[in-house]
Amino acid sequence: MADSQTASLEPITAADGTPLKKKLAQALFRSRVRAVSLVVPLFAFVMASFVIPILALMWQGVYNDRFSSHMPNLTERLTMWDGLTEPNEKMYEALVADLKTARADRTIGRAATRVNQEFPGTRSLFTSTARKAKKLKPPFKESVIKANKKWNNIEVWQAMKITSQDLTPGFYATALDGRYTVDQGFVRQDENRQIYVKLFWRTMLISATVMGLCLLLGYPVAYLLATLPLRASNLLMIMVLLPFWTSLLVRTTAWIAILQSQGVINDLMVFVGITADDARFSLIYNMTGTIIAMTHILLPFMILPLYSVMKTIPPSYMRAARSLGATPTMAFIKVYMPQTIPGIGAGGLLVFILAIGYYITPALVGGQDGQLISNMIAYHMQKSLNWSLAAALGGILLAGVLVLYWAYDKVIGIDNMKLG
Amino acid sequence: MSGLTKKIIAIAGASAFVSGAAMAADLTVVSWGGAYTKSQVEAYHKPWMAKTGKAIVSEDYGGGIAEIKAQVESGNVTWDVVDVELSDAIRACDEGLLEPIDHSILPPAPDGTPATEDFLPGTLHDCAVANIVWSSVYAYDSSKTRNWNKPTTMADFFNTKAFPGKRGMRKSPKVTMEFALIADGVPVSEVYDVLGTEEGVARAFAKLDTIKDDVVWWEAGAQPPQLLADGEVVFSTAWNGRVFNAKNAEGQSFEMVWDGQIYDLDLWVIPKGSKNKEAALDFVAFSTATEQLAAQASWISYGPARASSEARIGTFHSDDSIKMADHMPTAAANFKNALQNDFEFWADNADQLNERFNAWLSK
Repeated sequence: MADSQTASLEPITAADGTPLKKKLAQALFRSRVRAVSLVVPLFAFVMASFVIPILALMWQGVYNDRFSSHMPNLTERLTMWDGLTEPNEKMYEALVADLKTARADRTIGRAATRVNQEFPGTRSLFTSTARKAKKLKPPFKESVIKANKKWNNIEVWQAMKITSQDLTPGFYATALDGRYTVDQGFVRQDENRQIYVKLFWRTMLISATVMGLCLLLGYPVAYLLATLPLRASNLLMIMVLLPFWTSLLVRTTAWIAILQSQGVINDLMVFVGITADDARFSLIYNMTGTIIAMTHILLPFMILPLYSVMKTIPPSYMRAARSLGATPTMAFIKVYMPQTIPGIGAGGLLVFILAIGYYITPALVGGQDGQLISNMIAYHMQKSLNWSLAAALGGILLAGVLVLYWAYDKVIGIDNMKLG
Repeated sequence: MSGLTKKIIAIAGASAFVSGAAMAADLTVVSWGGAYTKSQVEAYHKPWMAKTGKAIVSEDYGGGIAEIKAQVESGNVTWDVVDVELSDAIRACDEGLLEPIDHSILPPAPDGTPATEDFLPGTLHDCAVANIVWSSVYAYDSSKTRNWNKPTTMADFFNTKAFPGKRGMRKSPKVTMEFALIADGVPVSEVYDVLGTEEGVARAFAKLDTIKDDVVWWEAGAQPPQLLADGEVVFSTAWNGRVFNAKNAEGQSFEMVWDGQIYDLDLWVIPKGSKNKEAALDFVAFSTATEQLAAQASWISYGPARASSEARIGTFHSDDSIKMADHMPTAAANFKNALQNDFEFWADNADQLNERFNAWLSK
């Protein structure tokens, strides 16, 4: 005992005299550096292609300097203005000066488009006045209003004041069917322009329906996959995987051929006599079409996690339950099903998250009431070029997914999820 | 846009366009695909390549200026010449996304008329040169026996009593709302005045309400001929060239109703920062010469943008019995009740009316 005490006072050294502890730390550090350097490329790739672009786009949802960067003088004046009193001569002077430069730089369209988003119908006001800007003489207030009397409308100036603020909650307000105003803060959008909140709910509803249907259809298939003899289950697996490997577009257009009013199913029903020739069912270009096509496309994402979980459940558990007196139904509900919950959770979450971001399938077969929020995001990215609004809508969608993920973690626990 | 965002978009853009850059091309020309691009390849690309010895890569896109904007703002411009609609040309030009095109480079007409006088009114712009006039009309399949008379007016399209069945319409307020007002009895000369008022918008939606349950909405130009051929709809709004092509190249028995047609322009633009700007300008000037515009018209029924081309329009490339001049939107028989799309109205109101249109759709 005494020996070991003395030994612990004198540190054990390595062959070159450095303490062993230090040597160990060095060795561990080196191996850690090696391990980290292996994942650095992946980390950099994920950062550059995923995390940073997403953050940049999110940033656009609250930050937009299209107006202030092209109309600097006016922005300065608008900041000082209270937004309620009559615009003064100094503001008109700044407006004319900015219109002149913007016209010369060919940037007037950018500022005009930005104001038009807040106050529809003002785009041509800017472009037409800019064309005349060179000829405008002081007093500017008079000559500008003479050039176009719309400038006398204080709402135009209030819209400019709103857009001159780079950091703005306006896009999120629009994304939630509201409007951000100078004098009243947040107000509801006109009823005939309210659309986004309804679309968010519809997206949730359709996604939940698709998830439910996938579970209903996928559970028995996964069960068969896991329990059938190898020959049969391999064949079944190929039948699950083959559509999974087929192009999304091919599968969607196949559904069009099957479901359309002159399609296979309707022809069959008319033939059998279920429906009359002039009263064929509308199975596509509506919500029904979206749900059917999406369920089919997302089914493998439900089946595969379920299968991987079911595969690990020993059949002896069920036999044990039966031998202890449980009926087959009882044994299934009490013994088998609880063990598949990680698979249900993984499959459900996967299908749901994929479904709320779906957009090609609804665009092709959705018609008017089968559109999802992502179709609106695509519209603002590609057509209206209102990237800030698209970013705000995307931000809300992302927040929704995170909330659901969090709720899932609270209720079922994320450790309980098994993807394969 | 902040510098950081710009850089990030540049990085994202760079990776996305690597595949495009890999192809060695002297000029990349982007258009709408299908029969339309084919007509341009035959009439513009091939003669230009033969003349200059340079290679053209032809790409397809679905319209809009999002791609041009992304390329210009990321500083990685891979498109040299793009075929766009008028409202997009004006908007992109106002936003500084396009190279200005000096009209003096455009060749005069064979009789010496300068280009600025030879081009139809409203077809030359600061950054854009028109090549064709195209039109939105509605069409039906005359081979399908139905117990109604031939439709002749825009009002017939909305008349579900006399003409029962589904209708195909483009899922966009543009053109759709004008059609509704024309069908409701608004003269074509007053359509945009009426549509500019709150009552006018309500009136258009009220008219659309009468057929809402019977409408199948389409988005791509190739869909309407398909919907008609499948018997999915009895009528469909469509682009006249696509219907013409389905009829004469694919043997469909479609008929067009020209009453209340809304015509628009397609124009060449050059994205700002194009790497082959000289070649692009040369191509634009070459392809919009009298000869080339007239040649294109033998491939598809879109009207040339030059007055001097009209007299030279020949017959359909595969069938000498079809006189192309009779099938142009601008042919006298077709042009009786026509409306020009008002790009300024739509530049102002597209955002607002799109929201209302979508809200109306989901009601």
